[in-house]
Amino acid sequence: MDILQTIKIAMRGILDNKLRSFLTMLGIIIGVTSVIALVSIGQGATSQVTEQIQSLGSNLLTVNITGRGANTTLSYEEAMEFGESPYISAVAPIMNGSATVKHGNKNTTAQIQGTNEEFLGIRNYKLAEGRFITSADVYMRQKIAILGPGIAEDIFGLVSPVGQEIKINGQIFKVVGILESSSSMMGSNDEDIYIPVTTAERLLQNRGVRTIYMQAASEDTVDLATQEISVKLSRIFKTDTNSDFQAYRIFSQTEMLDTLNETTSTLTMMLGGIAAISLLVGGIGIMNIMLVSVTERTREIGIRKALGARKRDILSQFLIESLVLSGIGGVIGIIVGILMSRGIAQVIGITAKTTYSVTAIAFGFSMLVGIFFGLYPANKASSLKPIEALRYE
Amino acid sequence: MLIQLEDIYKIYKLGDTEVHALDGITLGIEQGEFIAIVGPSGSGKSTLMNILGCLDTPTEGSYLFEGKDMSKLSDDQLAVIRNKHIGFVFQSFNLLPKLDAVENVEVPLTYAGKKGPARRERAVKMLEMVGLGDRIHHKPKELSGGQQQRVAIARALSTDPPVILADEPTGNLDTKSGTEIMQILKELNKSGKTVILITHDINIAKQAQRNVHIQDGKIIEDVKVAG
Repeated sequence: MDILQTIKIAMRGILDNKLRSFLTMLGIIIGVTSVIALVSIGQGATSQVTEQIQSLGSNLLTVNITGRGANTTLSYEEAMEFGESPYISAVAPIMNGSATVKHGNKNTTAQIQGTNEEFLGIRNYKLAEGRFITSADVYMRQKIAILGPGIAEDIFGLVSPVGQEIKINGQIFKVVGILESSSSMMGSNDEDIYIPVTTAERLLQNRGVRTIYMQAASEDTVDLATQEISVKLSRIFKTDTNSDFQAYRIFSQTEMLDTLNETTSTLTMMLGGIAAISLLVGGIGIMNIMLVSVTERTREIGIRKALGARKRDILSQFLIESLVLSGIGGVIGIIVGILMSRGIAQVIGITAKTTYSVTAIAFGFSMLVGIFFGLYPANKASSLKPIEALRYE
Repeated sequence: MLIQLEDIYKIYKLGDTEVHALDGITLGIEQGEFIAIVGPSGSGKSTLMNILGCLDTPTEGSYLFEGKDMSKLSDDQLAVIRNKHIGFVFQSFNLLPKLDAVENVEVPLTYAGKKGPARRERAVKMLEMVGLGDRIHHKPKELSGGQQQRVAIARALSTDPPVILADEPTGNLDTKSGTEIMQILKELNKSGKTVILITHDINIAKQAQRNVHIQDGKIIEDVKVAG
């Protein structure tokens, strides 16, 4: 049997019934389109979030102290001791609290974050203007402040705040820098005011550190650093490292990435799965039309059998027809799916990512649907007895 | 002996009653014969033709074609017999309406495994032989009944089968076209083909060399005629 000839005959059959063929293919088109579009957008979103997390520096460790009993914080000095570990290259403790901020007649409440000179580097923040806290500022308990871009605009409007003075809880602070806006999964710096940690100790009358950002020496030492921190904190808070209760929590970037990847890949799979169901429905549409086609063409089948067509000739004719239908549907679906994912991505402001594997899987699946749902009608056609098929009117 | 039917029965069950469409047919056909099987409608001649053409199988009895027992062949082997050894000419032409004349003629060649230009060349040659060389790209509905039947004959001849099985080939045609078709069949017979003609029309049957009359599934007369 001549495959090319069969494809030609199948194509002609499809073109003879343009509307019907299109409606038949529509199911496959919608299925492939939704698989491609949903998975592309899902993967685009995933890679965007992954990049965001990686931009925080993949060596970042965040320690949150919840404490035990009355003992709920670390002192600044205790926190800085973590820096002695060879696995940890930088430590930035955070002492925070809210305070009233005044400038001229503007009056607002802001989160005050007391930290040290390492903070900027560890969190991968950038300065828009001026400078950040220096070690000298920490040592000298300088009353200087670095503002987040949001609060800077709230208080100063369009005037540059660098060099201006603000009152925090009645004490005068000099603004020396403004941060660039940076918001991520880890929160936003927009409304925060950063001051030296030693200054914060006095201002907030609160000698405790609840959050410590640390940078592991390298990506490979993240786990070792985590272990070491854990052991030290367990000693301080007298907890067992193996017990369920923990006085602290340590997040590493890798851990966060793993969790996220797991979540998004589950989500992508789910979306793809839902879309695959519509592909299946499309397949049922193909089967339906092919069955109608077999009935309509019973006489043709009879004639072909009388002229010497074997079972496999008829089988392959109908199978190829259903494959051509699902194949064309698949190709149209891929094109529409790519265009659609680009369009949707643009609207929601992400970059869609259509991988070859998704395209190949979607197309392969549509062909599989064509074979699977074409097989029954094709088999029915090829099993017709020549004499019965010929008699059929 | 080309074809040897021995005690062929074809029995249909309709509810409780059995209908003997063929009731013990014994018939031999020699290579190169021009034989007409004649009978009124319902006589069983169409059933006989279907069995001769390997489109149907008898309930009982043996059918030897070129010495081979047809009851022992699989469906696909029977398809090969239909393809290479028997050429069918039907009353209603049975052309594929979506294919043009030459493509219709190519259908058996395709199943015979012939490919490309050789297949096309053979099909065109067959159409020229039946006088339709100028109409090879006409669709069946663009052709007259006589022309359609000639396409069907060209198709039947395409794989050069030794036997032509014609079922009321003139039944749907006017007298003139019918005469032309009969002429072609006679010429084919002269060129060495075995022609088996099934008809209810005594006048058509008389043009063959041998008439086998069938009634109620039985052969009632088997005579040589002038031809």
